[in-house]
Amino acid sequence: MEGLLLSINSAVAQGVLWGIMTLGVYITYKILNYADLTVDGSFALGGAVSAILIILGWDPFLSLVIAFCSGLLAGVVTGVLHTKLKIPAILSGILSMIALYSINLTIMGGKANIALLGMETIFTKAQLILPAGFDKAMVSLSIGAVFVLAIMGILYWFFGTEIGALIRATGNNENMARAMGGNTDMMKILGLLLSNGLVALSGALVAQSQGYADVGMGTGTIVMGLAAVIIGEVLFGTRINYFLRMTSVVTGSVIYRIIIALVLRIGLKSSNLKLFTAIVVAMALSIPEIKAKFVKPKINLEKAE
Amino acid sequence: MLRIRNLTKVFNIGTINEQRVLSGLNLHISEGDFVTLIGGNGAGKSTLLNLIAGVYMPEGGEILLAGEDITKMPEYKRAAFLGRVFQDPMMGTAADMEIIENLAIANRRGKRRGLGWGVRKEEKLKFQESLKILDLGLEHRLNVKAGLLSGGQRQALALLMATIQKPKLLLLDEHTAALDPKTAVRVLELTEELVEKNKLTTLMVTHNMKDAIKYGNRLIMMDKGKIVYDVSGEEKKNLKVTDLLEKFEGFSDRMLLA
Ligand SMILES: Nc1ncnc2c1ncn2[C@@H]1O[C@H](COP(=O)(O)OP(=O)(O)OP(=O)(O)O)[C@@H](O)[C@H]1O
Ligand SMILES: [Mg+2]
Repeated sequence: MEGLLLSINSAVAQGVLWGIMTLGVYITYKILNYADLTVDGSFALGGAVSAILIILGWDPFLSLVIAFCSGLLAGVVTGVLHTKLKIPAILSGILSMIALYSINLTIMGGKANIALLGMETIFTKAQLILPAGFDKAMVSLSIGAVFVLAIMGILYWFFGTEIGALIRATGNNENMARAMGGNTDMMKILGLLLSNGLVALSGALVAQSQGYADVGMGTGTIVMGLAAVIIGEVLFGTRINYFLRMTSVVTGSVIYRIIIALVLRIGLKSSNLKLFTAIVVAMALSIPEIKAKFVKPKINLEKAE
Repeated sequence: MLRIRNLTKVFNIGTINEQRVLSGLNLHISEGDFVTLIGGNGAGKSTLLNLIAGVYMPEGGEILLAGEDITKMPEYKRAAFLGRVFQDPMMGTAADMEIIENLAIANRRGKRRGLGWGVRKEEKLKFQESLKILDLGLEHRLNVKAGLLSGGQRQALALLMATIQKPKLLLLDEHTAALDPKTAVRVLELTEELVEKNKLTTLMVTHNMKDAIKYGNRLIMMDKGKIVYDVSGEEKKNLKVTDLLEKFEGFSDRMLLA
């Protein structure tokens, strides 16, 4: 029983750290209406950049900032491939993702992983400030919560600004956005940049909290992000304001981690985890189609004219 | 206001599907003109409007708007001068955004967008006043998502959005074609009201010859990428649908009777 609680505790902490990534996926997938596969690469990029900088003796917090910026750059590359070179959205993301695999390996000095054993991370630093009773998961959770709340606040503000509103309009109806004088190419690049910056930041935080960066740590990021977004939607619905929607996305990420922790305990082999996730996401994505086929919609008398 | 010289558009250039849609079209529209544009399917009406709006780039010729050469200007930049309403009611508004957010985006057409609030407090009053003109009760539903409106309501909103910042030229491409007859009439009346109130220079494509005669002060007919008939003033006012039909048969038998 205690083991279960412990694994749930750490699942919650991981869920919050990965929640920053899901906020990034939310921006592209839901706001920009763009399934961006770059994130698989930019998540590992963030981890790689942060880990190598720490090894080189940089301040762990500063390494997060640089990791974030490296993600911004990855987003710009995908955005330019798509908007300027007219490569289809999915393919642009795949190209960036593949390119990032090599780039990440190079950043990590050709090694597939970098351990941060005994190195100072923001988590070891925080451990010194936080109450003595806090275990590793609690420290991760505290730091994760601070980051998530700050980021949600900033995103809420940003998407309420003129530029933010234009990004939303671009994702919603590109034609209209352009007819209203919006530089839709620029808006897509902005959205992708912001999204990948957050994903890389999330990767950096995860690497620091788990104590290593791995070149394969980003594999399946997009699918996990989608799973979290969908779980959030199922639980909270979509008719809620933006702040709640972001909360629902992070909650979705936490619940996803708890589900994973539970199925692992029940006996699912960890090698089957990605298959399990893929099946869950495929089912969740097909819910609308299944509903339309088998559930007759109720007629809304109010709306009929 | 609008001067088009020798405009040429060829689609799928260099392939077996190559198609010369406009070949050396000339058109001049004066400030304050309300021009109706008719012509058979495939005559090139939408292509002309899309070239003016910058959706496509022409293979030749030039487009001047209020003296400025906009031939090569990207679509989003020249949007500063143009109001547009499309045939498809879905195309003019962002469905998942509130009415007030849609209007706020329209209110910034041609302006620099920054990190100020997307909707300012003082705008709300302005939008409510403007929505009252539509007479659809939308002024009480500012926070409703545009996607929940009917096609006619969305088209009326799109019309308001196209004109809330006065455009140098208003482009309407069969903007009532997807509406039921009663709603179409209402949206057309609204169009006239907004055009008159704001003294807008307007180019309106329609397949309805009665409307083409009834609205505006000048009528143009296109066929095979050329302007084949151009009337204005008294002569236009006294036109009959049968006159137009006769003209039509002269050029083409492709247009359906409205
Ligand atoms: N993007 C495009 N690519 C290739 N051909 C096109 C394209 N757009 C239009 N065309 C062709 O150009 C010709 C003129 O089309 P256009 O849409 O301008 O006609 P229209 O006068 O608006 O007709 P309608 O009354 O049916 O709307 C058509 O033959 C059409 O097939
Ligand atoms: Mg057309």
